[in-house]
Amino acid sequence: MPKLRSGLELEELRKGIVSSRDPNRLCFTVCSGTACLAVGSQKTYANFEAELERQRLKNRVDLKATGCPGFCERGPIVVVYPQGVCYLRVQPEDVTEIVSRSIEGQIVDRLLYVDPVTGEKIAHELDIPFYKYQNRLILGNNRLIDATKIEDYIALGGYRALARALFDMTPEQVMAEIEKANLRGRGGGGFPTARKWKSTRDAPGKPKYVIVNCDEGDPGAFMNRALMEGNPHSVLEGLAIGAYTMDSHEGFVYVRQEYPLAADNIAIAIRQAENYGLLGKAILGSGFDFIVKIHKGAGAFVSGESSALMNAIEGKVAEPRPKYTHTAEKGIWDKPSCLNNVETWADVPLIINSGAEWFASIGTEKNRGTKIFSLVGKVNNTGLVEVPLGTPLRDIIYRMGGGVSGNKKFKAVQTGGPSGGCIPEQYLDSSVDFDELTKLGAMMGSGGMIVTDEDTCMVDFAKYFVHFLSEESCGKCVPCREGINHMLDVLTRITEGKGQATDIQLLEDLARMLKEASLCALGQTAANPVLTTLKYFRLEYDAHINEKRCPAGVCRALLAFYVEADKCQACLICARNCPVNAIDGGKNLIHVIDQSKCIRCGTCLEVCPPRFGAIRKISGEPVPAPIPEQARVIQRKG
Amino acid sequence: MATDSNDVNVKKINHILAQYKGESNLLIQVLLEVQKELRWLPKEGLTRISQELNVPLRQVYHAVTFYKAFSLVPKGKYTVTVCMGTACHVRGAPRILDRVERVLDINPGETTPDFKFSLETVNCLGCCAIGPVMVVGDDYHGKLSLDQVKLTLDSYD
Repeated sequence: MPKLRSGLELEELRKGIVSSRDPNRLCFTVCSGTACLAVGSQKTYANFEAELERQRLKNRVDLKATGCPGFCERGPIVVVYPQGVCYLRVQPEDVTEIVSRSIEGQIVDRLLYVDPVTGEKIAHELDIPFYKYQNRLILGNNRLIDATKIEDYIALGGYRALARALFDMTPEQVMAEIEKANLRGRGGGGFPTARKWKSTRDAPGKPKYVIVNCDEGDPGAFMNRALMEGNPHSVLEGLAIGAYTMDSHEGFVYVRQEYPLAADNIAIAIRQAENYGLLGKAILGSGFDFIVKIHKGAGAFVSGESSALMNAIEGKVAEPRPKYTHTAEKGIWDKPSCLNNVETWADVPLIINSGAEWFASIGTEKNRGTKIFSLVGKVNNTGLVEVPLGTPLRDIIYRMGGGVSGNKKFKAVQTGGPSGGCIPEQYLDSSVDFDELTKLGAMMGSGGMIVTDEDTCMVDFAKYFVHFLSEESCGKCVPCREGINHMLDVLTRITEGKGQATDIQLLEDLARMLKEASLCALGQTAANPVLTTLKYFRLEYDAHINEKRCPAGVCRALLAFYVEADKCQACLICARNCPVNAIDGGKNLIHVIDQSKCIRCGTCLEVCPPRFGAIRKISGEPVPAPIPEQARVIQRKG
Repeated sequence: MATDSNDVNVKKINHILAQYKGESNLLIQVLLEVQKELRWLPKEGLTRISQELNVPLRQVYHAVTFYKAFSLVPKGKYTVTVCMGTACHVRGAPRILDRVERVLDINPGETTPDFKFSLETVNCLGCCAIGPVMVVGDDYHGKLSLDQVKLTLDSYD
């Protein structure tokens, strides 16, 4: 294809693409994000292909594999355009019916979203509460785009912002626009983007580098993955605009190896953009050159830290450096290097297209724009939620998330990944932004939100994060390496019922040391999960230490399982499933768990038929004596 | 299933090295490619990479032992990865891992004697909606229950 040589040619190309497409033509879109692929959307897509072939509809109907629309809980998701009818959990065998019905303008009722409150069926995607209350400025295009086709992005006005920046604006004007929009870094730090850009632009030394940070390492967070997989050009366009502003001609996309599809799609996107002259030499016929390279991570959480990531790009291990000088001034090979999160870069074209004033009208005074959150854990609608900054936690969890799953009671929401904290129910009306959650001892971070319920033990939960960080600490500085491990030892003994009265004080001392003495943010914030659970769930710690009891029934060493003799129907299911053969029983013989063999895995409780409900889990109380041998035989009538 | 001989390994590594231009900053990218191809990093291969990219062997080993993606021992035909991310954790991932360990009779980081399965854990695959998740080879198995573990693993040959 010929390279585009001006903004006008880009606009003509766009018009050409749009006019070649009939907006009223029937189009089936199948989500092809990782979560939907994992539940078989590839098969669903293949069946659509085969069915369109079989019904000889290929010339009349479009089929598209799109990015993740975010409603992962109900995948695979199929949306039928132009009506926007949304089908959920579509199985390969549903495809024939969807195609046949859609051709006749009808709807397949049984695959629609059912409102859990009213029982009403909702046909249109944007009427579903999960979507309805969101403001999907960044994520919204995912469902309209096949990430492997740049034309889809261009048709929606893609690269128009880049053209505008290159031809109608000076780098200073772009910088001023980003500053006026008050864009803050979406990776978690919330640092003003324009200030970072200025540091890199004004720092001496060439070349200057711009970098996309897609090392989304926080467990339970996948908003960057969805964006990179579903709409990679929006990130590239932002990166190119940033490069133009900072006088950089070389960029890197750092993507973690756990995201193979994201790495593939960004590679395709770079190639296609180069072919159109939207990246590479003399972009759009201007005098501006910019190339982008991909660097894959090799599995290290700490490589998301800016200086560590830059070491990784240099081909070294991802250990952080002391930051006497910011990486914005001395980064890769000691050259000025501007690193921003995926979402931050994707915000840039929006601001250039619609203006800083528009952007600043969304959100709150110090927190402008929208933010994508990944809502996971014990919540009904797991998925990605994009809302204006400043939206209350309660809205996100209950209006969009549909509340806690399994009719359980809400306990806490953990935000900000391993550096964040747990927020209890009394603070659910807090607004979610860079500043509010920090006041509660947690942080907004990059946008992970894990909902926990009454079945989550907060001591175990804190231990989970500390264990995670102990494995991920790079070991370069002693406070982090030793401090986190020590903290893990203390938490482990508490969950094993060996906690001592002085342990709480010890945890607090370690936390202070970590915060003050660690080299990078990994260690400095490592104690947050412990400190917030201590602050809001102190009683759970006390129960573990003083009563040797785990109130949520999670910590194995403090649990026991036994068979309630009057409920057991001697069905042998638990005995057959017990991994260590700890259950003694036979036909018509009430089962008994041998406590000395039992490993407290809970399998028996899980498999015992609910109509019997004969397995009891207890903590902090003695196990009742087993039923006497002679009383174990069940006398059945007839 | 046996692993390839040294000669074959070195041949494959040379092939990969030929695609990279001997730039030291590509060390990790080369190691990733080799790991993907051979499923482990044999000693003679690392020496070769060190010479070709002009990176001290010490630095190569530093990288190999630092990053989780690399292995200095041969891996099985299928890598079984149990996600231990937060969302999977609160949905019972520790018990899934426990069950996998019992079924395969190996711990994370280990490989079955027949080189069929290697067991790994990962701290989030980003498909939290379908947790708990186990990946076998390239196949994702979501919303896994304890009794599905053995059935799933048995379905691989």
